[in-house]
Amino acid sequence: MQHLEDTETMTDTFSIAGTKLSSRLILGSAGYPNQQVMLDCLEASGAELVTVSIRRISLEGYAESLVDVLGGRCRLLPNTSGCVTARDAILTAELAREALDTNWVKLELIGDRETLYPDVEQLVHAADELVRKGFVVLPYCNEDPVSCQKLADVGCAAVMPLGSLIGSGMGIANPAAIELICSRSPVPVVLDAGVGTASDAVLALELGCDAVMVNTAIAKSHDPRRMAAAMKAAVEAGRLARLAGRIPKRSFAEPSSPQLGLVGS
Amino acid sequence: MTRLKVNGVEEEIAVSTIAELLAARGVDPAARFLAVAVNGTVVRRAEWPNQTLAAGDAVEIVRPLSGG
Repeated sequence: MQHLEDTETMTDTFSIAGTKLSSRLILGSAGYPNQQVMLDCLEASGAELVTVSIRRISLEGYAESLVDVLGGRCRLLPNTSGCVTARDAILTAELAREALDTNWVKLELIGDRETLYPDVEQLVHAADELVRKGFVVLPYCNEDPVSCQKLADVGCAAVMPLGSLIGSGMGIANPAAIELICSRSPVPVVLDAGVGTASDAVLALELGCDAVMVNTAIAKSHDPRRMAAAMKAAVEAGRLARLAGRIPKRSFAEPSSPQLGLVGS
Repeated sequence: MTRLKVNGVEEEIAVSTIAELLAARGVDPAARFLAVAVNGTVVRRAEWPNQTLAAGDAVEIVRPLSGG
């Protein structure tokens, strides 16, 4: 049984834009206590894809950063975090392509700085333009099937609906919506934002998500290395449970032990 | 002297190309992971020694940092 599970986990890959990924965990690189902890978490998580931001350099000097170290260990996925207009997001994606030699971009277009909710109108517009420019676009988006469908329609390679607010740790606020998105999406679904602990990641996979993006839940936990390992186990458990299929929920008890031959009856 | 806007800050600086601007700011043009845009258009690394800067140009010099 152990052997079967190992084999299944290893061969059960998914693809984004034709690139096969065996880890269903995408890791954010921000907010760790220090660089070594981040690198240890990368190893413990098994993640192959790690997000980075694109920022103006400090003109006081160029110091080696985390990204210089990360480069050889994983595939980097630049984001457009902080952008509030399609124009800025598109330029950021183009700068990322030049800086990192990748046409992949996690497209973030924020409509409200307090909640960090996506601006769907700008997002679809920017996604459309970036796809036309040859980018593999992974948009951070609202957890509604219509937004996700529109993003897939313009050619996004995956959709990344939010579980709950970025950095909130509130988990998956609307599991029914995430499940609905997963059942209808023509492209992979990566749950993004809101994961607070391992059970949230398990649930995402059980609901049918192809992968989960985690940053704060690991970086800000009391023991990031341990939480990274927990998240690795969580996505594997969630995926296995999804493949196995949960039993239907029922309102009344259903005895699991045989009802014949009860002592004393 | 050329009046440029570099990463959002206006300044007078005696440079005529992107490569010269980077050198003047102590940024090694051969450093990995750098990218430059002028007036909203990315300028490929190979063009940095040739692309001249004109008064009023807005230059963005970026690199990847940690992010979620």
